[in-house]
Amino acid sequence: MSLSVAIEHRAGGFRLAASFTTKGRVTSLFGPSGSGKTTVIDVIAGLTRPLKGRVAIGDLVLLDTDKGICLPPWRRRIGYVFQEGRLFPHLSVRQNLLYGRFFAPKGEDLADFAAVVEMLGIGHLLKRRPRLLSGGEKQRVAIGRALLANPRLLLMDEPLSALDEARRQEILPFLARIRDEAKVPIVHVSHDLSEVIALADHLVVLDGGRVAAEGPLAAVMARPDVAALAHRQDAGAVIELTVARHDAAAGITLLEGAIGQVAAPLRPLPIGARCRIWLHARDVILAREAPVGLSARNILPVTVRGLVPHVDGSEDILLDCRGQALFARVTPAAVADLGLAPGQAIFAIIKSVALA
Amino acid sequence: MLDLTPEELTAIGLSLKVAFWAVAVSLPFGILTAYVLSRGRFPGIAILDALVYLPLTLPPVVTGFILLVLFGRRGPIGGFLAEHFGIVFAFRWTGAALAGAIMGFPLLVRAIRLSLDGIDRRLEAAAGTLGASPVWVFLTVTLPMVLPGVLAGVIMAFARAMGEFGATITFVSNIPGETQTLPTAIYTLTQVPGGDAAAFRLVGISVAISMGALIASEYLARRLGRRVE
Repeated sequence: MSLSVAIEHRAGGFRLAASFTTKGRVTSLFGPSGSGKTTVIDVIAGLTRPLKGRVAIGDLVLLDTDKGICLPPWRRRIGYVFQEGRLFPHLSVRQNLLYGRFFAPKGEDLADFAAVVEMLGIGHLLKRRPRLLSGGEKQRVAIGRALLANPRLLLMDEPLSALDEARRQEILPFLARIRDEAKVPIVHVSHDLSEVIALADHLVVLDGGRVAAEGPLAAVMARPDVAALAHRQDAGAVIELTVARHDAAAGITLLEGAIGQVAAPLRPLPIGARCRIWLHARDVILAREAPVGLSARNILPVTVRGLVPHVDGSEDILLDCRGQALFARVTPAAVADLGLAPGQAIFAIIKSVALA
Repeated sequence: MLDLTPEELTAIGLSLKVAFWAVAVSLPFGILTAYVLSRGRFPGIAILDALVYLPLTLPPVVTGFILLVLFGRRGPIGGFLAEHFGIVFAFRWTGAALAGAIMGFPLLVRAIRLSLDGIDRRLEAAAGTLGASPVWVFLTVTLPMVLPGVLAGVIMAFARAMGEFGATITFVSNIPGETQTLPTAIYTLTQVPGGDAAAFRLVGISVAISMGALIASEYLARRLGRRVE
């Protein structure tokens, strides 16, 4: 099933002109604050009516201003997990969860209440009132409420941003489970790269109300212009790997992927499990020759593809390792010392702990 | 102390009946008006606003006189209602209820409107994304959340209707058994020699009813308030 969105909108001094099509299970809208991410999903949900636009899920047209079609939100059946949860304070957790079910068309195969409650780990909260829940619990209930309304599509507006780091780590696995177990496509908004990388398979990068890049996650992340945009917070590359072998005595897990075999700290995953690693540019060291007598375990032959200047004066070097894009952040002095130039063959050195 | 005469009992019963019907009938209109004033965006809303609150600032006698002109047997509205529906207000207890409703209406609307202004409208949007149409959103989200405000408005309007004097006596006079409520009964007693003792009893009962209503509303508002926090 595909989602296609085309929007032209103006609100105050802000102009939004964005269009994209996605078939991804999780599509992330990524961009800095004020780039128009929330406006896009508000238009998809029907909470904002754009000046011009078309939104369709498969063959179902939700909005087409040219043809005068605009389904109201309650007919669209699009789940929305808001930044602040927005649970109904006068209802118990169970009543909140069942709210959307009351309005779902009769005779439809409803999402399994027990399964959703189990998946989100909220069984012990059902009798409570929302105000007695922690931030993380509220967000899990909000996700369950949206899922149980049998939506065609699930929108999530920075579902983790109101939470502290510990809570984020608590919720992320649940989001990954929804992606893998619930058969609802998700459109997810975030300005946090690590969240995007953990969840997305399709990425739409928004900047100043325009789509700066769009496509499969790894391909988009490898583009230098996107890198430059993302680098406002932290440069890095997404690496897809599978677990090859554990060596408990040495305290490492060997991971395999396009880049070959690398050593990472021991992680509790079964052999063959897939994992996605966000390798920060500042964790990659460059060398002209393969070094010896080093504590770093991972030395990868790479080719320099390009140099992206960073706002703070340092340079992000875009590297190619057997088709996998990597970034290394170095000072201009290092660029001069190593004589870095596109096409040059060098070595990238990565500490195992950077692959945690 | 409480050996009340049949006339006094009638006045108390009539007052409760008048206040009950005044609030019961005006409540749906009060909620609707508050909703329109809180959410409406149209020219002329300021005039509607002023009109609703007018009985609060007008001398009650003026309100009573306007009611008499409009709802009297030969009045444009009273005549119509009497002819087509057989509903008569003039010099009936129903007229006292109408006067009480009109005088209590601003208090009713004001409490509900303040509550409506204060609720988080984003919750209504959330209900919409879950499939609830605007009518269902109002019934399942908006109304339960403003319930403490509705309750406060009901109590204030009830008390106002119970104590209504000026408009009532102007509109429906002071007929024992038909339109003589607690305040008009007290007024009558103060006008006759030796009526003080009886007046005191009715005053005591008035105070008791008002106190009871306030305590009950405070208790209920707290319970409801805890639910929607």
